Amino acid sequence: MLTVLGAYSWINIRFLLEGAWVTILVSVCSIILSYIFGVILGIIRYVEIKYLSAIVGFVIDIIRNLPLILIIFFTYFGLPNIGFKPDPIWASVIAMAVFESAMVAEIVRAGIVSIPTGQMEGARSTGMSYWQALRYIILPQAIKNMIPAIVSQFISLVKDTSLATIIVLPDLMNHAQIIYGQNTNYTIPMFLALAVMYFIVCYSLSLLSQYLDHRLGTAKKSGEVEEVVQGAER
Amino acid sequence: MISIFQNYGGELLYGLGQTLLCSIIALVFALIIGSGFAILEVFPNKFLRIISRVYIEVFRNIPLLVITMFFYVVIPMYIVEISGFASGTVGLILYSSAFIAETVRSGIQSVDPGQMEGARANGLTFWQAMRYIVLPQAFRYVIPPLGNQFINLVKNSSVLAFVAGFDLMYQGNVIASDSLQSMSTYLCVGMLYLILTLPLSYYMRYLEKKLA
Repeated sequence: MLTVLGAYSWINIRFLLEGAWVTILVSVCSIILSYIFGVILGIIRYVEIKYLSAIVGFVIDIIRNLPLILIIFFTYFGLPNIGFKPDPIWASVIAMAVFESAMVAEIVRAGIVSIPTGQMEGARSTGMSYWQALRYIILPQAIKNMIPAIVSQFISLVKDTSLATIIVLPDLMNHAQIIYGQNTNYTIPMFLALAVMYFIVCYSLSLLSQYLDHRLGTAKKSGEVEEVVQGAER
Repeated sequence: MISIFQNYGGELLYGLGQTLLCSIIALVFALIIGSGFAILEVFPNKFLRIISRVYIEVFRNIPLLVITMFFYVVIPMYIVEISGFASGTVGLILYSSAFIAETVRSGIQSVDPGQMEGARANGLTFWQAMRYIVLPQAFRYVIPPLGNQFINLVKNSSVLAFVAGFDLMYQGNVIASDSLQSMSTYLCVGMLYLILTLPLSYYMRYLEKKLA
């Protein structure tokens, strides 16, 4: 029993927290990058610029349908073949940003499509240009609608950072593996710690998404559904 | 790239087969387990609902890699020797079943509750009403999101590469280190994944438009 408790000694905990810090750093960098690029790509895909939109749409489809692990490998082991050598942290940030911005772009496009066309027509008829209407009328409403979807995308991003251990990113997963690699008695405690740490981060993000859902009123439908279920219970 | 297909075609095809096999096994079991928990979640019994809620939240919020590595590292150490393929598939089943449960639950809840009440008023039991009235209607809403879950499952099956599951991604790594042409190997592997996922994804988009 004592050997198992030794897994949570201060040194190990600090080592795990260092890993957690790298996980958070990589997640935050890729969240910021993928949000920026995702919104830009989503708009390009929506506004139907000749050729450009079709090409962007095709590339987004391809990236969305590839496994993230493949993209991570490609960035870390494939790109050096053409002379670009990122270190593990940059490689995982780039890979995650590329993959997630394709995901976010699709959400953004769906969010813009969900706004009634009357909004655009009304804005244009009051004398706004197309871009003004998009910027001041359509996008603010669309972003409000898609925030819950984007937050859940970011939850899966945080989980997916664990895949980057395969290119020896010194993240939470990797540090846990190092600890139980040194002492096999620590295996179960380490997996427990991993599960708890990822769960806390992801679950609180998912609570945030639910809160935003209610706060922004985008979940009117699911709110109604919940009432209905409680009614059926009686 | 062509030379990769010529020299390592057999390995790549074997990997593709393993990926497909793992995905189909995982899909079947995840569908069964996921639908089970989805029904528990709308069950008129608070205790069962809490159990299913806990299951779904736990497996949705822990990375797939952690679940898979748990089965690959811990289970052989204390309980029984299992292969990398099996541990990867079990991890995939648990992880996907939580997402499928969530999808099926939202499908069930989108069916008008009057349907359930009407069926119960006609003398059907809860299970009969579920089986003959609610689920067939829920199924229609659920097909496009379930298809997307299946695409995710195929993509997630690449986690087998971590546990020596001999899937497409694993074979890709072996070939990349053997041929020293990482870039073209990963491009080939990517093309093979796209053969599996891209048609499915376009078909689901078509279905979504058709059913909407």
